[in-house]
Amino acid sequence: MSLIAGRPDTCRVTDLLWLHPARGLLTVRRVQCLLLVAFPGVVAAAVVGLVSGLPEAAATVAATVVLTGLALAGVEQRWRAWGYAEREDDLLVRRGALVRRLSVVPYGRMQFVDVTAGPLDRRMGLATVTLHTAAAATDASIPGLPAAEATRLRDRLAALGEARAAGL
Amino acid sequence: MTDWQRLHPLTPVLGGGKFLLIMAGLVGQQGLRQDSGFEPGVIGLIVLAATGVAVTFGYVGWRRTGYRLTETELQVDSGVLTRRSRRVPLARLQSVEVVRPIIARVLGMAELRLEVVGGGKSEAPLAYLSEEDAQALRTRMLAFSTGAEAPEPAADNHVLVAVPSGVLVASTLLATPTVLLAVLLVGLLLVAVIEPSAALPAALGAVPLALPFASAIIKRFLTEYGFTVSESDGGLRLSRGLLDTRASSIPDGRVQAVRLIEPILWRSRDWVRVEVDVAGYAEGGQQSTSSALLPVAPRSLAEALIGRVLGGGLPVPTAAVPARARWRAPLSHRRLRIGLDDRHLVTTYGVLATTTDVVPLAKVQSLRLTSGPWQRRLGLASLHADSAGRRLTGGVARHRDGAEARALLDELSARTRAARAA
Repeated sequence: MSLIAGRPDTCRVTDLLWLHPARGLLTVRRVQCLLLVAFPGVVAAAVVGLVSGLPEAAATVAATVVLTGLALAGVEQRWRAWGYAEREDDLLVRRGALVRRLSVVPYGRMQFVDVTAGPLDRRMGLATVTLHTAAAATDASIPGLPAAEATRLRDRLAALGEARAAGL
Repeated sequence: MTDWQRLHPLTPVLGGGKFLLIMAGLVGQQGLRQDSGFEPGVIGLIVLAATGVAVTFGYVGWRRTGYRLTETELQVDSGVLTRRSRRVPLARLQSVEVVRPIIARVLGMAELRLEVVGGGKSEAPLAYLSEEDAQALRTRMLAFSTGAEAPEPAADNHVLVAVPSGVLVASTLLATPTVLLAVLLVGLLLVAVIEPSAALPAALGAVPLALPFASAIIKRFLTEYGFTVSESDGGLRLSRGLLDTRASSIPDGRVQAVRLIEPILWRSRDWVRVEVDVAGYAEGGQQSTSSALLPVAPRSLAEALIGRVLGGGLPVPTAAVPARARWRAPLSHRRLRIGLDDRHLVTTYGVLATTTDVVPLAKVQSLRLTSGPWQRRLGLASLHADSAGRRLTGGVARHRDGAEARALLDELSARTRAARAA
């Protein structure tokens, strides 16, 4: 099952059903990590090797391995931390490993809902749902949702938003 | 419902005048820089011809522009080649501003700017109208937008506050840019005393540093000169400006957030500055409007005015942060306080200037709890109440005890829900 339902929440609100991004998101993020950290590192090592010599190249490779390891660990932590829960009047989104965040967005305050999917996401059949309110600071977005769940969530949020819409 | 109306007939002339000024500026600059092969007379003719073309285009545009006000919307049709027909629903109107640039002021003309929810910039500015038309239109639009029945001609506005120019000057001189400027000067003097030969280069180097401060001081004075707050139909009315004057209004119940700022040098006089954010208030580019509700006033007066805007008294921010917050905010932890009642959240913070943010709970868009690594180690968290304001983005209860912040989040989500429903 792609949605790990009811996983105990380390962070804060425990008396709720928390849903989490699919495992596929972790794969996407890992691939992104390799593309953005490991690949440039290897290229840099090759260049350094040609220009300076073997010891410097080895050092670059070592640095790349360490950095990639850190990035992969961070990516996994972030993936684990991400979650959302639907309450009667608002949506809760929590995220962040280093800086922990918990957002509460009342359905009545939603201006619109976005569903986006990058090329890697699409390959894995995933999408990101982002809620927008009239406040620019609202940062409620949920990545790594299976396409069906993303559509369900979007429609549900739109319906709830319409039912509870409050004037500015 | 009124008939279609035209803008002020001098509009193309004013447009042409602006164009002429720009052209003259360009040509003058060019002429100073190098000897172009043209006779001055030829250049003059070219500029005049171009201005003539500009005025003609402006005239055609003016002929094809019309506006009218219905019960529910303002309709503006414009455009020569591409026609544009715009409808601004009055129910969405957040504020209406009458702007009078200095040239337009001389000719008795004014520009009307409308702010709507979510508009990135002023929607459908009407430039230019005669002053009477602009005022009348503004009054009627505001009356419609707030749902008042009869669009009566504006009654005599009851002036609530007029900021004396002496106080404005004094407060500007005691504000942060001036202080920084003074620090810079003292630094220069020190350099001159210690190493006289380095004084001139240092002074030259300091000029670009000082310019932004100096221009901020002058700009603030020019835009906030003669600041007057008066009571008008369905809201407050602000007018200000020395050269270009602006008259804007804050309709009742549209304020998203209020901020009180008390720079350290104002403290002995008990002065504060009040800023408000109304969703959709234009902040675009150079034309940016100051969002001050009061540039400077005694605290008691400011609080009374805020009470008038938000409709009710404010809770006093008394709840302090735990002592361990000093490890996270060593300079400001004593000032970090919050106050909460059924209608407002009040938060204070700041080192050089004590800043107090007030967010009406009915206007809160979302709540956020954040806790960085250092905060987590200390068992602290910050609670954000996001508002729809563009400049004032809401209130932040900084560095509260973790459990307290969690309880506050629950409390606030319940209270904002109740406030929205009310």
